[in-house]
Amino acid sequence: MKPEDMDRLIRTALREVAPDADLAQLGADADLREALGLDSLDFLRVVELLSQRTGHRIDEEDYPRLATITSATTFLSDRAAVR
Amino acid sequence: MPSLGADMESGVLLEWLVHPGDRVRKGDIVAVVDTAKAAVEVECFDTGVIERLLVEPGTRVPVGTALAMIATVPDPALHQARVTGAGPAGEPAQAAGRTAVPVTSPLVRQLAAERHIDLGSVPGTGPGGRVTRADLQAAARVVPEAPPVPDGARVRASPLARRLATELGVDLGTVAGHGPGDTVDAEDVRRAAAERLDRRSTAGLPSTADRASAMRTQIASLMARSKREIPHYYLTETVDLAAAMTWLRARNRELPVPGRLVPAALLLKAAALAIRAVPDLNGFVVDGQFTRAEAVHLGVAISLRGGGLVAPAIHDADRLALTELMAKLKDLVLRTRAGRLRRAELSDPTITVSNLGEQGVESILGVIYPPQVALVGFGTVSDRPWAIDGLLGVRPLVTVSLAADHRVTDGASGARYLLAIRQLLQRPEEL
Amino acid sequence: MADTTYREAIREAIREAMRRDERVFLMGEDVGPYGGAFGVSLGLLEEFGPERIRDTPLSESAFVGAGIGAALGGMRPIVEVMTVNFSLLALDQIINNAATLLHMSGGQFAVPLVIRMTTGAGRQLAAQHSHSLEGWYAHIPGLRILAPATVADARGMLWPALRCPDPVLIFEYGGLYNASGELDGGAAVDIDTAAVRRPGSDVTIIGYGGTLSTSLTAADRLADDGIDAEVVDLRTLRPLDDATLLDSVRRTHRAVIVDEGWRSGSLSAEISARITEQAFYDLDAPVARVCSAEVPIPYARHMEQAALPQPAGVVAAVRAALGRSDG
Repeated sequence: MKPEDMDRLIRTALREVAPDADLAQLGADADLREALGLDSLDFLRVVELLSQRTGHRIDEEDYPRLATITSATTFLSDRAAVR
Repeated sequence: MPSLGADMESGVLLEWLVHPGDRVRKGDIVAVVDTAKAAVEVECFDTGVIERLLVEPGTRVPVGTALAMIATVPDPALHQARVTGAGPAGEPAQAAGRTAVPVTSPLVRQLAAERHIDLGSVPGTGPGGRVTRADLQAAARVVPEAPPVPDGARVRASPLARRLATELGVDLGTVAGHGPGDTVDAEDVRRAAAERLDRRSTAGLPSTADRASAMRTQIASLMARSKREIPHYYLTETVDLAAAMTWLRARNRELPVPGRLVPAALLLKAAALAIRAVPDLNGFVVDGQFTRAEAVHLGVAISLRGGGLVAPAIHDADRLALTELMAKLKDLVLRTRAGRLRRAELSDPTITVSNLGEQGVESILGVIYPPQVALVGFGTVSDRPWAIDGLLGVRPLVTVSLAADHRVTDGASGARYLLAIRQLLQRPEEL
Repeated sequence: MADTTYREAIREAIREAMRRDERVFLMGEDVGPYGGAFGVSLGLLEEFGPERIRDTPLSESAFVGAGIGAALGGMRPIVEVMTVNFSLLALDQIINNAATLLHMSGGQFAVPLVIRMTTGAGRQLAAQHSHSLEGWYAHIPGLRILAPATVADARGMLWPALRCPDPVLIFEYGGLYNASGELDGGAAVDIDTAAVRRPGSDVTIIGYGGTLSTSLTAADRLADDGIDAEVVDLRTLRPLDDATLLDSVRRTHRAVIVDEGWRSGSLSAEISARITEQAFYDLDAPVARVCSAEVPIPYARHMEQAALPQPAGVVAAVRAALGRSDG
């Protein structure tokens, strides 16, 4: 998966969980939970969607790497490369 | 118009889910009402046949207004009109519109039953205002087609249609049947579900801005009342969550994402269970009189993305297994934000938990939701220095707070409650 | 591959069985020089001789009983009973003896007997030669009941029936003897499962024997209306293959059963009950049945046709199940 595809996949998941958030204004390095006001249930739902759609296992230890769009893209691409 | 919260004075009827002639049972969802906080599904409190809908969708009416007439039908000859609706305290105002059962001859009663004529609606010209056979014939001419109550008034639907309706959350009574003999078939149900989706997206719901401002007004009035009437006292306690977090991490490692628990689930369960130690924190003050609630319906303060706050209830939270509680929590948050709560969830929390810690604050000194008598707050879970056995260590800590009504409990009871929460959180596997 | 008739297919099946297993013999009324009431055994006497192609007296009770005795004695008899109406004279032998002996002997004596008989109406043979009573036999534990509806089944069912340790009744549909079809070799077929003769998605039409062609004709007409009917051929009436039936109904959500037997207390009633018992929550319409009128089958041609399930009736039942009004 190309980085721009990964970026789109992440933004799609965020839009589903926080439909009213302004994703266009969301910087690639902004803290997602703060910027979008995600609570732990919202975040869990994001993790669930990403795990489902990429087919990668995401453990709790990995959550910090999903903090921003940039770090999440890197993390998920790394996972894809390992497979 | 039922009262869907102590602060509710009026509501907008958004949508009828039943039609005249439909048979309804106690507990059936019959209408959707907008309370400024959310669109709420309203349950029927009586069993019978809907005779007439009194309020048009889109109309705002005060709490206690009759919304529809229900004919109870133990004996069809004695159609007894009742008014659905509820008084301000949530008590059904069933006596309000009851019409006296007219005295008539058995023949007239039988004729009325055969022709589906409500005797209460027929003006009587006989002795003492009795309805005579001639009156009945006159009434029959005026209303030649009183909605025929089909045999048993049960919706005729195929088994598959019934199964689908349950799965898709479609009320069969609102679906027109096109199957054999005009029964509702699977295709009808699928179509109804699709149409409902369309309607939802285009319906004339109050605009988000209107709702946000209405909600602001409501929160303002409720919180002002709380601070005016309730003598709050506040306690806080810092709890070491090392055991709980370790247990949670180990458990979550074994599970796929959908099965994982969030720390909030543990905190809510502990808050619910600790009520058993101090049951006087769980209940209502009405007219200065405290009533202890038997069950623990845990109100969960959920912030809405557009601003504002709703605190619907997780019923019997102390009896739910953690996984069930987690599932209910997810479902409740989802439905709250989709604006689709049930009446009971909004109107009957017995104690409320605020979990503002999710937003990163250290502690909360909350304002109690009247007529409840306590509000529990959980701050953020963060690693902080902590003394253990005379040494400093770094532990995940949470600040738990209690705001309680001094008319009902004292600080000592409150302290026992916080202590109970602390102890429960040290044995997460038993939660 | 040549076209073969249903009659020839049965004859070939008997011939093959007699050649493969010397314990096999055929007996019944007029099966010898006359060639059988329906011409099935024509020519077999010449090939196998009177020891193995045996004419019997006109006593169904006696020759079916003799068949049971022969089976107990180690033979593999094929007994031909002219029509199912006449088999009533042998009911005691079939139900009290053939079906029960394995049980009554504590598992010592199996009865590997095959009884062939003709069933069904449509040939102006009137009420005493035209009834479809196979549903009665399908009621009896200890029997296996087969109903070949195709040339391939007529050819392939006999050998596995002879290999079966239990008494097997094969119901040949009288109206099919002259029907022809391609026969690919003549391999034995299974006698356990129903067959989907035509796949479809909107409704399941269930038939067997003579009503298979009625069902297929109806399905063709329904296709012109844009209704995609699946047709299931029961093949084995006892034990019923619930799995195939239910799998089909769970896909189409509607079932119409076509049975030349009478509706009351019939095989179609049994199938309807099984569907509602096991697939109730998959049904989108009541199970419908198209059966014979509840009268003795009439002699006059127009009346006989009026009494029997016809494609038009099946089409109407399917349309009703789909909520489409006719007209």
